[in-house]
Amino acid sequence: MNNIRKNRLKDQAFKIWGIFCTLLGLVLLAIFIGNIFVDGVMRIDWEFVTNLPSRHAEESGIYTALMGSIWVLLLTTLIALPVGIAAAIYLEEYSKKNKLATILEVNISNLAGVPSIIYGLLGLEVFVRIMEMGASVLAGSFTLALLILPIVIVSTREAIKAVPKSIRDASFAMGASKWQTVYHQLLPASFGGILTGIILALSRAVGETAPLIVIGALAYVPFAPSSPMDEFSVLPIQIFNWITRPQHGFVENAAAAIIILLLITFVMNGIAVYFRNKWQKKFK
Amino acid sequence: MRKIKELVIERALLFSALITIAVTIGIILVLSIEAFSFFSEVSIIDFLTDPEWTPLFTNKHFGILSLLSGTLLTSFIAIAFAVPVGLSISIYLSEYAPKSFRRTIKPLLELLAAVPTVVYGFFALMVVTPFLQSFIPGLSSFNSLSAGLVMGIMIIPYISSLSEDALHAVPNSLREAAYGMGSTRLQNSFKVMVPAASSGIIVSIILAISRAIGETMIVAIAAGQQPRLTFDPTVPVETITAYIVQVSLGDVQHDSLEYKTIFAAGITLFVFTFLLNTISYRIRKKFQEKYE
Repeated sequence: MNNIRKNRLKDQAFKIWGIFCTLLGLVLLAIFIGNIFVDGVMRIDWEFVTNLPSRHAEESGIYTALMGSIWVLLLTTLIALPVGIAAAIYLEEYSKKNKLATILEVNISNLAGVPSIIYGLLGLEVFVRIMEMGASVLAGSFTLALLILPIVIVSTREAIKAVPKSIRDASFAMGASKWQTVYHQLLPASFGGILTGIILALSRAVGETAPLIVIGALAYVPFAPSSPMDEFSVLPIQIFNWITRPQHGFVENAAAAIIILLLITFVMNGIAVYFRNKWQKKFK
Repeated sequence: MRKIKELVIERALLFSALITIAVTIGIILVLSIEAFSFFSEVSIIDFLTDPEWTPLFTNKHFGILSLLSGTLLTSFIAIAFAVPVGLSISIYLSEYAPKSFRRTIKPLLELLAAVPTVVYGFFALMVVTPFLQSFIPGLSSFNSLSAGLVMGIMIIPYISSLSEDALHAVPNSLREAAYGMGSTRLQNSFKVMVPAASSGIIVSIILAISRAIGETMIVAIAAGQQPRLTFDPTVPVETITAYIVQVSLGDVQHDSLEYKTIFAAGITLFVFTFLLNTISYRIRKKFQEKYE
């Protein structure tokens, strides 16, 4: 009898420990965000968003960094999207079970685990130096596009895989070719899933700092980029720069910019989750 | 005509897939060419045994050990924090929690991994370090303890999500058998479920280690820029990744020896993460066969 009670007690104790652990990370995150909110929310006004960076903390704004982030995000999407979706279609619908398929699969899984800073070294050598793009928006976008490529491919494959086989069979039975089936049936049917994956990949790209520092993106840029070949900064690099400055005013700036960056990240994640739920219901 | 169109499209799709292989080859080529030219100037024995790393000073030393120790120390702290917490979460969610709770909490936990790392760096430097200083006297304002702990928070979802998937994939019959024998949820979890899902759990831990080793911004902001061979968590250190950032921020001439050091550091990092990723991929493949 004693033994049973002891075991029940242990069982209950672990349950409480489990709840504690589950909430620990979330509570810490909430404390952090609360802290940042207190530090930075008073600093956010229209000037903060539209001002150029400055040596004086209270006149400094995030305009150039925000524009840089938008430029990089758009170009990264343009580069990674077609390549990623095409590669996923090939792997899911065309590739036969042969050696090449195995190599591709192992390789993509490996690429997903390569640290982002290594992509920075690749971008520095290939895009900035060999292709002579310099530390431009374009070089940064190519670097980030390669970084998110594995994520786009994996999530697109999942989405295409989830389309029921009956849709493929029906399409082939109507005499459609492979590409017609892919283009007119599979892509529209998996659109929600593909979109979810892409938004998540982009929300990762918008927060990336290290690879862009390595390719030489600047902390201080006097003007917002106006072409893909311009120099640029991005929001995370601007934040990093402000964090590393000793004067107190810049800490406030960093906190304010973090609020905006988190807002962008969380909104993107929220949209992704919304699409995922909506799309999952469709097949259930 | 239709056949030709189909063939062209298939080739274009194949070409896109092959780009991923080109990326890998590109990474390996870039790292090895620059590292090779680095090792033509610095002996590989010095690189692996010299206890000092001072390429930016006049008295130059190129011992990767002091950077590597920074990387391993911060990663160890992160893992030591994230593994028990992450595993407990996964067991709680899979064996104890009501289904609706799991469904709401999982995306929230994944938010932890979605926060940009530069933001975590800010937390570590501005919130966690001052907090720890209030009861650890002598804690430097840059230290591996705070950076490691915050990194641990970041990698919790990598462990909890993947381990929970693994626990979930264990056939229900095992669970029913354990309960049928009169075991509690706790006994079932640790004596039946965890051993049955062990390969998936190991994969999640390996991936988390690989993520911690490659993490850059948290350690660059909060752990300092002083390479030293130490396992003292209260003093400033420098990780491989933080060193690459430090050099990239400065004005280093292309083709100089300093420039090449970041590739030598990079290839060291790449070798470590590549090994970990390969091991985890192997285990994952084996594991999939087991239940299919």
